[in-house]
Amino acid sequence: MNSLINWIDARFPLMSLWNDHMGQYYAPKNFNFWYYFGVFSLVVLVIQILTGIFLTMNYKPDAQTAFASVEYIMRDVDYGWLIRYMHSTGASFFFIVVYIHMFRGLMYGSYRKPRELVWLIGMAIYLSLMGEAFMGYLLPWGQMSFWGAQVIISLFGALPIVGEDLSLWIRGDYVIADATLNRFFALHVVALPIVILGLVVLHIIALHEVGSNNPDGVEIKKKKDENGKPLDGIPFHPYYSVKDMAGVIAFLIVFAGVMFYIPEMGGYFLEAANFVPADPLKTPAHIAPVWYFTPFYAILRAVPDKLIGVVAMGGAIFCLFLLPWLDRSPVKSIRYKGPLSKIALFLFAISFITLGVLGLLPATPMLTLVARIASVIYFAFFILMPIYTSIESTKPEPERVTMK
Amino acid sequence: MSTEGVNKGRRRFLTAATVGVGGVGVAFAAFPFLAYWQPSARAQAAGAPVEVDISKIELGQRVTVEWRGKPVWIVRRTPDMLEALPSNDGHLRDPASDSSIQPDYAKNPTRAIKDEYLVVIGICTHLGCSPGYVKADDVHNLGADWKGGFFCPCHGSRFDLAGRVFQGVPAPTNLTIPPYMYLSDTRLLVGEDKGAA
Amino acid sequence: MRKSLLFFVLMLPSLALASGGTVPLMNANTDVSDNASLQSGAKTFVNYCMGCHSLHFMRYQRLAKDLDIPEDLVKENLIVGDKKIGETMTIAMQKGDAVKWFGVQPPDLSLTARSRGSDWIYTYLMTFYVDESRPTGMNNLVFKDVGMPHVLWELQGLQKPVYETITDSEGNEHHVIERLEPVGEVSQAQQTEYRRTVRDLVNFLEYAGEPAQLQRKSLGWKVMLFLFFFFLVAYALKKEYWKDVH
Repeated sequence: MNSLINWIDARFPLMSLWNDHMGQYYAPKNFNFWYYFGVFSLVVLVIQILTGIFLTMNYKPDAQTAFASVEYIMRDVDYGWLIRYMHSTGASFFFIVVYIHMFRGLMYGSYRKPRELVWLIGMAIYLSLMGEAFMGYLLPWGQMSFWGAQVIISLFGALPIVGEDLSLWIRGDYVIADATLNRFFALHVVALPIVILGLVVLHIIALHEVGSNNPDGVEIKKKKDENGKPLDGIPFHPYYSVKDMAGVIAFLIVFAGVMFYIPEMGGYFLEAANFVPADPLKTPAHIAPVWYFTPFYAILRAVPDKLIGVVAMGGAIFCLFLLPWLDRSPVKSIRYKGPLSKIALFLFAISFITLGVLGLLPATPMLTLVARIASVIYFAFFILMPIYTSIESTKPEPERVTMK
Repeated sequence: MSTEGVNKGRRRFLTAATVGVGGVGVAFAAFPFLAYWQPSARAQAAGAPVEVDISKIELGQRVTVEWRGKPVWIVRRTPDMLEALPSNDGHLRDPASDSSIQPDYAKNPTRAIKDEYLVVIGICTHLGCSPGYVKADDVHNLGADWKGGFFCPCHGSRFDLAGRVFQGVPAPTNLTIPPYMYLSDTRLLVGEDKGAA
Repeated sequence: MRKSLLFFVLMLPSLALASGGTVPLMNANTDVSDNASLQSGAKTFVNYCMGCHSLHFMRYQRLAKDLDIPEDLVKENLIVGDKKIGETMTIAMQKGDAVKWFGVQPPDLSLTARSRGSDWIYTYLMTFYVDESRPTGMNNLVFKDVGMPHVLWELQGLQKPVYETITDSEGNEHHVIERLEPVGEVSQAQQTEYRRTVRDLVNFLEYAGEPAQLQRKSLGWKVMLFLFFFFLVAYALKKEYWKDVH
């Protein structure tokens, strides 16, 4: 065994890769529950790629046969239903874990110096993931696939001058059609997965370069022992590899529970209207995007102007990119920030969830008003951040991490 | 952080247990992915046994039916044809069909349940071409002592009227006999024999 | 605590979205593990529905296997015409004919239980009522001005609407249907029998919407049980290693 490793090591930096990222990567010892969601998203990524590869073996990216090919997988192919449900459940779980992973970053200031690039690459992953999910949702070619894509692509029509031509170009036809399905398929199964995988590698390389943040937001690299190892750090392997494994299994139990017993999740993971084949002549009575897009969709609807609505929706995502430079607080973690930051983050989380729920409901005047208030809070969180983070009084950060 | 007083045995045991249970889990998880490649219900339905009405087949005539996407020939052999079969034995590679594929009930001199009807998969055992049916009195250049049989155009393999391969041609074994059974005197079911083999 | 709130809000399934209509749906009370009910529903479907509606994605062979009906019996009782057991439950009706007779193409019902929901189908089949203004002489509470005749009327007996007058917030009066009542004498036993027939039929359609659900539900808890056992082992390992961390 050893001689094999030596043989490889003379030709490939195996041991140094292992040490840099596992054996001698020192992670803070005080990770809490929220720190599982990074590895969970990695697990879901693997599930999606694996099941996705198998689905393409029987899926037909053709407007005439796409819908029937999905039912073929669900009924005629051995365990096709299991692989399809893994993929559809995985899509929603991907966003659940990624949203929680991002919220963790917000709470503990994981986007702050020196982790700005980790955050930006993460945001790029999130954007790619939205594209990946959006294009994947067209593939079953049900009513929701069709009309959801129709609405979202029409958004590009709001752009001045080039808008209409741009959405025509994206569709490759006058409505969503076979050409759209085929190009979305290519992007969904080849192009975007490659981009996402690459970005995930960059995300981890960047993270391991600067080291992980932790719930206290203190830099463990500042306090080292005589061997140069961080006093509050423990090697990722075996400590976090065994801990993450237990966490991943617990996660898989929840995942299996949903996949086996409520794969439709009451119409949120798999929408009822999507069991009707796409019909370009008939819009379903109520269309809403899949739940993970609804916060932004609600912002779009809250604005009474098409162009400004689209800009607001884009801005809502763009704001997140600016976080590292908006936060002026002397401390990173919410634990030591002042009450203004705590209230702001709390209101932000509430407004995000509220917008998400509103995006699923039909727009009534009352609900539109609520959506407008929530949108204002959403943006205020970012716009006012430089102010409230610099004027509030903070608690002193501890010298060392705490185990609470 | 301290590693003094560690129970190394317990660690080794628990590591082995986790790896073991995890290995079982991976094997379980792999199963649906492997099963996914099996012929689907649609493929199985398309490959279902085929019923053939043989009452209209004339003496010496060959009909072709499709079973699992392959040609299956049914040849109604004349008494002359049957009589000529044993005379080929000396020129055959596997006259008794010992190394060829057929159900037990077709492992006999005429390779058939009823001598009159030969049921055989029309795929050359060499490289998968479908041979032609050449009767003794057809125009052919297979020699004067050709008593009728099958000739593969791809690489020249020859088979007699029981689907048995001649010596000196590339095909290694006799043509394959599919499972089949008689539902009545005039109706044949190809692809299913209710376990008669 | 508010952090775990986010988690639960995201995870919890909330009320399914209402599918348009204002009529409250009845509870079909289906149970796809009830094999006798599925068998009876399959029979009702073939006898009453399959003249016009197909189950384009449902294979007879799958039905025979899942519902524990011997293939010979399926061939005798459920397969119409010279279809093979491996084929799907399609029908021969021409599209043009259907449009001529009913004004619309009767939909394929393979996935109706998933797109409309079992309760909707149940309520739909329970709430046909006499309406002389319609070509079929029938209307429906959840599917207004439906083109389909009440195929099961002999089983249910006819129903007529009882109207009430309500006044809306602007003071306008509306005639609305308050409830349906049987035309003439319909025995309690017949009503109970009809509810059972429809329930079985809906149950069958729910099964046909996703035949794999039988396999899915029986496999799920085994997978979870295994994972739970795996978790115990992995957690013990984690505990052991984390003794080092103070």
